[in-house]
Amino acid sequence: MKKGFKLLALVFFISLIFTNCKRNNESSSSVIEKIKGEEIAVLTEAPNVPPPITRNYATKVIVNLEVIEKEMEMMDGVTYNFWTFGGSVPGSFIRIRQGDFVEFHLKNNPNNKLPHNIDLHAVSGQGGGAAATFTAPGHETQFSFTALNAGLYIYHCATAPVGMHIANGMYGLILVEPKEGLPKVDKEFYVCQGDFYTKGTYGEAGLQQFDMDKALKEQPDYVVFNGKVGSLTGDKSMKVKVGETVRLFVGNGGPNLVSSFHVIGDIFDNVYVEGGSLVNHNVQTTLVPAGGSAITEFKCDVPSTLILVDHSIFRTFNKGSLGMLKVEGEEVKAIYSGQQDDRIYQSEGAPQSMPDVPKVASKPLTKEEKLIQGKSIYSSTCQACHQADGKGIGGAFPPLVSSDYFASDPSTIAKTIIHGLSGKITVNGKTYDGVMPKQTLSDAQIASVSTYILNNFGNKGGEVTAADVTKLRK
Amino acid sequence: MRNFFIAIILFANLSVYGQGQTTMVNIKGGFYLPLYSLDSQKIVVKPFLMDIYPVTNMDYKKFVLQFPDWRKSKIKSIYADTNYLHHWTSDTNFNALLAFSPVVNVSWFAAKKYCECQGKRLPTVAEWELAGKANETKPDATKDLKFNQWLLNWVSKPNTRMLANVGSTFKNYYGVWDLHGLVWEWTFDFNSALTTGESRGDSGLDNTFFCGGGSFASKDINNYAAFMRFASRSSVKAKYGVPNLGFRCVKDKIAQ
Repeated sequence: MKKGFKLLALVFFISLIFTNCKRNNESSSSVIEKIKGEEIAVLTEAPNVPPPITRNYATKVIVNLEVIEKEMEMMDGVTYNFWTFGGSVPGSFIRIRQGDFVEFHLKNNPNNKLPHNIDLHAVSGQGGGAAATFTAPGHETQFSFTALNAGLYIYHCATAPVGMHIANGMYGLILVEPKEGLPKVDKEFYVCQGDFYTKGTYGEAGLQQFDMDKALKEQPDYVVFNGKVGSLTGDKSMKVKVGETVRLFVGNGGPNLVSSFHVIGDIFDNVYVEGGSLVNHNVQTTLVPAGGSAITEFKCDVPSTLILVDHSIFRTFNKGSLGMLKVEGEEVKAIYSGQQDDRIYQSEGAPQSMPDVPKVASKPLTKEEKLIQGKSIYSSTCQACHQADGKGIGGAFPPLVSSDYFASDPSTIAKTIIHGLSGKITVNGKTYDGVMPKQTLSDAQIASVSTYILNNFGNKGGEVTAADVTKLRK
Repeated sequence: MRNFFIAIILFANLSVYGQGQTTMVNIKGGFYLPLYSLDSQKIVVKPFLMDIYPVTNMDYKKFVLQFPDWRKSKIKSIYADTNYLHHWTSDTNFNALLAFSPVVNVSWFAAKKYCECQGKRLPTVAEWELAGKANETKPDATKDLKFNQWLLNWVSKPNTRMLANVGSTFKNYYGVWDLHGLVWEWTFDFNSALTTGESRGDSGLDNTFFCGGGSFASKDINNYAAFMRFASRSSVKAKYGVPNLGFRCVKDKIAQ
């Protein structure tokens, strides 16, 4: 009898070893912690992140997430019918602790047209919750899971056709903090990239429809951070102080593109590769897969405007993937001097030339429409050099503020955009000797951005039409 | 004064479709290839008659006046959830502007009963999809890019604040209005949409319809609008009331 029991126990033990499919390492644990208490998850809209978790025990967390289909801006003057988790793109940020027991409620707003569900990559279980949360409009579903693995995870809608649900904005991030918590930093932000496919090309005004053909070909018109061109620029830039440490929770909803995430002007001290437990150091650019994430940490050593980009760089210059993090404070010359000299250097090199791609002219815009469109084009195409305030950068990029260079002839701006410009010029009494490549913009886009410049930055006003630009091209 | 105008609107509508709620048109039979089928097993659809319009609130009011068991205060909870006729202000009243809008928030049980009481029945998925393939000019517009884009545009938009009247979208090749562009519609076998292939177990019902699974074994992976309809059908249960789900009836064609 006793022997039989021993044998049974042995068989049981061996079967445990063989059936345990979880890899035994620090980040995953099949031991379920005792649950103490209950709380309702704080959900935040990007770029904000819920406060760090200070508990040293597992609790029951109730998450209430509502699906809302609504028309929102994708760029100033361009709207789109987004499908959202919580009313924004990306969806609400969810923050829990490893070991927590999550009671998840998915609510499908009664005004929505379609059923939706949610696949949280943080869930071990059928469909990541998708099968349990398939919800008709005007209904609410519920399921529970224990957060076994720490990490930063994407969640997304997984209702067929899944690509279209994601392409319309249905994704967000859920952070499962390790039991010991994440190291303390001064500031945390939520940045999530997504690619969008519209009938009209980049910048075409009005309500844009989903373009299935472009989506299948994986040729997006927009690649943006936080759901909109300019969601993290100008007044909406993230702000920190010199000396502060920053943590970015970076996600990529896709649906198609893999992001080459890079911050111009700083180096990631730490990257939690793919949002997991492997920490790499001294990284310039980190890959963020579609349906994946990364956590990046860095210290902001000097004052500057750090530029967040997808370094698959045409997406940044021409499709919108640009964000800003302003670091304010005292200069630290020992780390970064700024420009120390500017002297003449002559070379035989020919100026850079871009292929000449004629663009079909769009319908004529009113001056008001041009100013709106022009602002967007400026921020995506011109701002990187001429700066948001139009002041340029001394010695390198001439100012557009109260510029005497084009004051007497407003067509100068359009000509410069069409043909590019190289060699020595004088602007407001200062000499510049650089190269501006010609820009591949349509006639209407050039008219808009020229009009925008003429009516901003203290310039004298005026208007340029697409027809003017067409003439100037010849 | 306002009521007077409403009366005019109602009258105008009535004159547009006359005895519309009882009018049916012939749908010539054909073959229907289910979105989910492991083999190219076509379903034969016999000729049938289909309501020209979805059932309206007004039509449905007549039904509950005649069959009080189906009023919202009386209906048995196994036949409908609490969304049943949620948009009606009482057992027999609703905003007069909705009189000729499709009735929504009705359960499958109620829709089925309604049709039976008219001597009709709910269409099968195959019948509905066969009729739904038509655009204004062609019986099968499934490969028509413009038609497909129109369908996708409609599904992309949230519901309008107030549902439009029946007869406000388009009249298709067969003379049927509003199969697309107004509301989703109940079908008789809505919940068997995924079990058309005999070689797939019923366990497939739960897990075929999300993520990549959605395209697995589909015969028409690019027909996104059809996926949306199938997703919509799969997300409901027979007692559900949904704010954009209505119905219409069909009838077998009796050989002349």
